[in-house]
Amino acid sequence: MVCVLLAAAAGAVAVFLILRIWVVLHSRDVTPRESLSILVVAGSGGHTTEILRLLGSLSNAYSPRHYVIADTDEMSANKINSFELDRADRDPGNMYTKYYIHRIPRSREVQQSWPSTVFTTLHSMRLSLPLIHQLKPDLVLCNGPGTCVPICLSALLLGILGIKKVIIVYVESICRVETLSLSGKILFHLSDYFIVQWPALKEKYPKSVYLGRIV
Amino acid sequence: MKCLFVTVGTTSFDDLIACVSAPDSLQKIESLGYSRLILQIGRGTVVPEPFSTESFTLDVYRYKDSLKEDIQKADLVISHAGAGSCLETLEKGKPLLVVINEKLMNNHQLELAKQLHKEGHLFYCTCSTLPGLLQSMDLSTLKCYPPGQPEKFSAFLDKVVGLQK
Repeated sequence: MVCVLLAAAAGAVAVFLILRIWVVLHSRDVTPRESLSILVVAGSGGHTTEILRLLGSLSNAYSPRHYVIADTDEMSANKINSFELDRADRDPGNMYTKYYIHRIPRSREVQQSWPSTVFTTLHSMRLSLPLIHQLKPDLVLCNGPGTCVPICLSALLLGILGIKKVIIVYVESICRVETLSLSGKILFHLSDYFIVQWPALKEKYPKSVYLGRIV
Repeated sequence: MKCLFVTVGTTSFDDLIACVSAPDSLQKIESLGYSRLILQIGRGTVVPEPFSTESFTLDVYRYKDSLKEDIQKADLVISHAGAGSCLETLEKGKPLLVVINEKLMNNHQLELAKQLHKEGHLFYCTCSTLPGLLQSMDLSTLKCYPPGQPEKFSAFLDKVVGLQK
């Protein structure tokens, strides 16, 4: 009897969760706004270069800008700092644009084995969830480094728990011409807008958004 | 004074560095009219000795904050298949030869290099075919690479987040 009740309760929770995820992922009511806070997941090397190009096109309404980088990634920190300095130079009137860099552990070092990846992802999740909860960004923008999966999961969780609906935008890297990256395959289902940059991917994933080459 | 710049990005690509710095290759490079060769070797273990003669200079370094300058002064860039290096070179309108690292299996970066090759923006080869291609390729056949359009991204994003102009 207890077993049946437990199973029923578990089933109910599961159904509720699935419904809730569906609702969060499909709520597209556009609230008019004048500015919004953005959280950018910068990966290593090329990922960071690409995402900074995208950011370069965004107006100052996307402010403050929070960057999340892997804790060992000095190169990305330097790129971000020089990008922000450049931006401030070009627009000296805008003294108040703020940016912050946050560091979390990498969810997967290159060549790490898969089973240990699961653990490091969970570990990253434990650190990214409080960060996302604290920042409560309006928008999360990412383009594929491993770090972005726990971040997006955390952002989705805020929505599921009814704390805040965070818009998740994923831009697949220009490198991906015919196949999605692993992060892309996961976040295709969990993002609000999934942007690809080559027509072959748009054909394979009709639900994605194709705007041409944007970096 | 023509300059050839070889870059391996943040990784290492010993085979490429060994190949271009071999005496045969240096001779070929010089015979093609280059008087300066710059190698960016990343964390590679093959570290050629820099030298300078009256007619030819070899420079070697691991990293720089920005490769912009070296790309800018190059007349030809030889690069690993990394997207960052490829795109930066093409955007500066420099002729590009991508060398594929056969030791990296499932290297997804190849997708981009192959596609850009298909569209006529770059040459590509492996270490073993590099010397031959250096000799035979005609840089004037490369098509120029139109810049990407991030403004389309910002217009899209402004709309979907409900940003008021």
